[in-house]
Amino acid sequence: MNLTLKIWRQNDAADAGRLVDYPVEGITEDMSFLEMLDVLNEQLQARGEEPVAFDSDCREGICGMCSLMINGEAHGPEVTTTCQLHMRSFKDGETITIEPWRASAFPIIRDLVVDRSAFDRIIQAGGYISVNTGAAPEANNIQVPKVAADRAFDTATCIGCGACAAACPNASAMLFLGAKVTHLGELPQGQAERSPRVVNMLNQHDAEGFGGCTNIGECATACPKEIPLDVISQLNKDFRTAKKYAG
Amino acid sequence: MATQTLPATRRTGKAGSTIFLKTLMAVTGIIFILFVLAHMYGNLKLFSGERSFNTYAEHLRTIGEPMLPRRGLLTILEVVLGLSLILHVYSAVALWRRANEARPQKYAVKKAVSQSLSSKTMRWGGLFLLLFVIWHLLQFTIVKFNVGSGGGAFQHNPFQLTVHAFQVWWLTLLYILAMIALGFHLHHGVWSAAQTLGWTTTPRARRIAKTAGLVIALVVAIGFILPPLFILFGVIK
Ligand code: HEM
Ligand code: SF4
Ligand code: FES
Repeated sequence: MNLTLKIWRQNDAADAGRLVDYPVEGITEDMSFLEMLDVLNEQLQARGEEPVAFDSDCREGICGMCSLMINGEAHGPEVTTTCQLHMRSFKDGETITIEPWRASAFPIIRDLVVDRSAFDRIIQAGGYISVNTGAAPEANNIQVPKVAADRAFDTATCIGCGACAAACPNASAMLFLGAKVTHLGELPQGQAERSPRVVNMLNQHDAEGFGGCTNIGECATACPKEIPLDVISQLNKDFRTAKKYAG
Repeated sequence: MATQTLPATRRTGKAGSTIFLKTLMAVTGIIFILFVLAHMYGNLKLFSGERSFNTYAEHLRTIGEPMLPRRGLLTILEVVLGLSLILHVYSAVALWRRANEARPQKYAVKKAVSQSLSSKTMRWGGLFLLLFVIWHLLQFTIVKFNVGSGGGAFQHNPFQLTVHAFQVWWLTLLYILAMIALGFHLHHGVWSAAQTLGWTTTPRARRIAKTAGLVIALVVAIGFILPPLFILFGVIK
């Protein structure tokens, strides 16, 4: 496959940045999207040019590092992460525009690499349960209803990739927030801190500069883990009913 | 990359948070929906003739008497609706501004994968509705001016005031456009309010809320558009 890539190049936060065209040749359909970028970078390096900076880590769809806006869709056209996207999803001769996540809460570090530590701070604000570590407790001591366990498990699959906020027209991270709040709120261990959790996490979300949700639904479509929109309703409900002492 | 432990952040508190603003918008929006349904019902009385419509209009002013003074309930409703409008627009503008600040640099290419036309037009459509509401109140409540050529105003005959107004084609057109905008606003607004108030925590509830949005939007838009159309074409006179 031969492709034309339009890639966002930006030296650092101070640089204005621009889209640059790169033709690439000899791409096979079996390559992952990141392998395709590896090929480009090898060609750039061979020519003595600066390679394109992009993030990746696990390359197996579980870490959430590979954050790219591909032709206007977060993680590209398939319901998966960028690292699990393959070139067979594109056509020979296609022009592909690749941009970083755009949100003031995700400042660009270089080229396609953004700083997603805003999500880490949101987790630190309340996305945890306080338990003593030690030997694993007896599993059957605390009963969890099957539906609650299922919902907790499904929402726990959020990998914090940021695609929801990147795809949202308001740059709101409420799908991420909703996934975390629902995951912990469904479980008995999550009850003690349930009220302060939702208030503190939302405060942090707002303080980071993410926007407010208007229930458009781009996030759930972009999410590689298929987190459903109803977690945002859960988040809203938990927030409204959060006890006074919270936060 | 190791993350630093949490620095002290500027706290927005519970009030002023994005979800608080959304809740404000949803609650005031639901007040509007109830009002709009009642208003539409009243307008449909135009079909049952001058006497019936004017009696209804007069009754609105005397509801609750003698417990309440004349126009008592109406005044309460006006205050509630006025405050709701201020809060609704305030939260809309505040969230609009936050959304713009949250993405100062736009994407060069951005696909709208799952946005409905209704959800995309909430802000500009809402602004159009605001202008329309101001015009509408001036025309029928505050000034009661007559846009037609028929001479004098009909200050004390609501039926004649209405009929003479909608015999003017461009006024009817303006109202039809506004009601289409209202339909769009409600199509997304009903579902969005349900979602914001935490009523749609299951896929089934989500489907119901979206269907309710469509039904309420159609009922309200069509219910409001019928009387002016029938006046324009001389059926109601
Ligand atoms: C007067 C000017 C108005 C403006 C500027 C306005 C603006 C807005 C905006 C920006 C939203 C948020 C959109 C979103 O959630 O995606 C909204 C929501 C809503 N509006 Fe309005 N609107 C206006 C009038 C009305 C009227 C007349 C009604 C009712 C008939 C109404 C009912 C609603 C409802 C139900 C919502 C959903 C609340 C939610 O999102 O949770 N609005 N409005
Ligand atoms: S909710 Fe989905 S899109 Fe958002 S951070 Fe989690 S996995 Fe990524
Ligand atoms: S690199 Fe880990 S999810 Fe893509």
